[in-house]
Amino acid sequence: MSFVRAAWLVVRKDVLIEARSREILYTTLFFAVACVLVFAFGFVNEGRPITDAAPGILWIAIAFSGTLALGRAFERERQHETLRALMIAPVDRPALYVGKLAGILLLLAMVEVVIVPLVALLFHAPLFTRPLLLVALLAGGTTGFAAVGTLFAAMLVRARSRDVLLPVLLYPITIPVIIAGVRGTAALLQADVDVPMARAWISMLVLFDVVFIVLALWTFEPLMTE
Amino acid sequence: MSLDFHSLALTGVTRTFGRRRALHKVSLRVEAGELVVVLGPNGAGKSTLLAIVSTLLAPTGGDVRYGDYTSAMGAALRARIGLLGHDLYLYPELSPAENLRFFAGLYGIDRVEERISMALDRAGLSDRRDDPVAGFSRGMRQRLALERALLHEPRLVLLDEPFTGLDDAATDALVGRLRQLRASGCLTIVVTHDLDTVDGVADRALLLHRGRLLDVANEGEPLRERYRAALAHAPQPAAGRL
Amino acid sequence: MRKLFLPLTVVAAGMFMMAPFLIDGAPYESTMGLVQKIFYFHVPSAMTMFVSAFVCGISSAVFLFKGRAAADRLAVAAAELTSVFGIIVLVTGPLWARKAWGVWWVWDERITSTFVLWLIFNAYLLLRKYGGAGSERLAAGLAIFGMANVPFVYWSVNVWRTLHPKTTVVPTLQPGMRGPFWFCVTAFLLLYVLAITARAHLEAERARLEEIYLSIEE
Repeated sequence: MSFVRAAWLVVRKDVLIEARSREILYTTLFFAVACVLVFAFGFVNEGRPITDAAPGILWIAIAFSGTLALGRAFERERQHETLRALMIAPVDRPALYVGKLAGILLLLAMVEVVIVPLVALLFHAPLFTRPLLLVALLAGGTTGFAAVGTLFAAMLVRARSRDVLLPVLLYPITIPVIIAGVRGTAALLQADVDVPMARAWISMLVLFDVVFIVLALWTFEPLMTE
Repeated sequence: MSLDFHSLALTGVTRTFGRRRALHKVSLRVEAGELVVVLGPNGAGKSTLLAIVSTLLAPTGGDVRYGDYTSAMGAALRARIGLLGHDLYLYPELSPAENLRFFAGLYGIDRVEERISMALDRAGLSDRRDDPVAGFSRGMRQRLALERALLHEPRLVLLDEPFTGLDDAATDALVGRLRQLRASGCLTIVVTHDLDTVDGVADRALLLHRGRLLDVANEGEPLRERYRAALAHAPQPAAGRL
Repeated sequence: MRKLFLPLTVVAAGMFMMAPFLIDGAPYESTMGLVQKIFYFHVPSAMTMFVSAFVCGISSAVFLFKGRAAADRLAVAAAELTSVFGIIVLVTGPLWARKAWGVWWVWDERITSTFVLWLIFNAYLLLRKYGGAGSERLAAGLAIFGMANVPFVYWSVNVWRTLHPKTTVVPTLQPGMRGPFWFCVTAFLLLYVLAITARAHLEAERARLEEIYLSIEE
């Protein structure tokens, strides 16, 4: 059983389940929209959004809804102990991590397709002047967040208080991702787009992704076995 | 199959969770073609025992050997172990065929569709092969979960309460299946409370009591009586324990 | 270590008694004056905290991959001390900022990174306390991630911050300040070594007690 094939089977299974129930997609999506709306009441003054509010709101909405999606995705594997069935299957265990990570990324991509335009619209933010850079920022940031989040959510499956411990563990570790996402997006929103700055943040995100995916692959097996 | 073994040997296996001792110096040997029943009250450590034998859980002390191998063999060894857990390990959103197909993929099984059809036949679920498992009764899920655990024809079969929710016909079918497993040279460990059902199928019965493995008499009275006698003779905790 | 523990404790106590006199005798910094003297405690505690974070991260990796219980005991001791020295840093930092810049908190890269690191190691302690059985392994994973995160946090906060206070204090110390400063660094690191030894020892004793509890049930 090859590594890639095992990861692919896990992704396909998760997509099939989600296509059937759509539970995580719908709840995460509406949660993200609700997040954006709640922020609007804090950052819109006399009908005008505070300048520079949009990047922060966008990335906090991604982080919050991402946490929710991670929690739900692994709750689904916990409910009938299917995670144990995956762990005793004769596959390289890190392949399971890659499969779950890919599933989460697909889901968050769908959420972002909705909330990025929504934030642009509600907060008068010209987010699409440099679409490629924006996509690179979103991809790099979401990958970094989900790479750490998938490992933490997986290992917390057998911990008590897992719902609250996930954000407690995840947010401090992903602070560089949030900073990079927010500042990179803000650089794109300037009247005079600061391309070198956006590129610098994208590079940092790529480095972060590589380091933490390698670390996660390396620690997944010892963290998942009791 | 590249890896195979014909015996399972636990030597002095201990597992503690903090101050709680789930298993205490458990030693057990099972040979190919042998079916061992593990009995015991709730919380005696039966599930911990199965988790350790299935390599899900590492023992705190002692060692587990699968023929000449240990759990360090990883995936190759896991390919030869089949575990039916108490929580069934099925995705309720998926149909029986999809559940089996997913796990067949992970186990790298060939002739997948043919084997799935046979498994669904045995589980009596051929007519519901494409309905989501969420709508199934406990007994139907139990039958499906058993087929899932045996789909890759494991050498070592571990069954945790396999009779739960089964009607008489299904129970008889399962007993027949257990005989088949025995005849085909599997090493089978069944954890159960259904004493009367397994009486006569099992080669040996063992009692797990407060994390210790005790013998149950092998001959004579019905298993139920022998179990009672063994339980009565089990060491009781010392008075005034901490 | 056991033989050395008492004499070293006496030495550490002596050093901390001497420190105020040395700091008092050090020259005044030209622009900040008296306020600058908090640095003799602030910077050594920050250094100790970062050392402690790395001790925790490395011993966590040893515990996770080699399964050594002693490494886990060292890791938990280091995590607690990271939290304690972090509090010292996070209290003395704002005190200094208030006098130097007129605000309690500045988003300077060092103090912000310290804050993030402090959060990570408190998350470590929370996970161990509330995560239930087996959470020490999970906490070890967090500590490894936390350690790897330090350069990322530092770099990103550095680029992100808007206020630019000059914090390159250590290399530009005036000659008369160097002696007392490194004296204080030594005192803090000695205190750290003593504290982590005592704490890891306590944890080892606790492990022995658990074994005794288990053996009583035999």
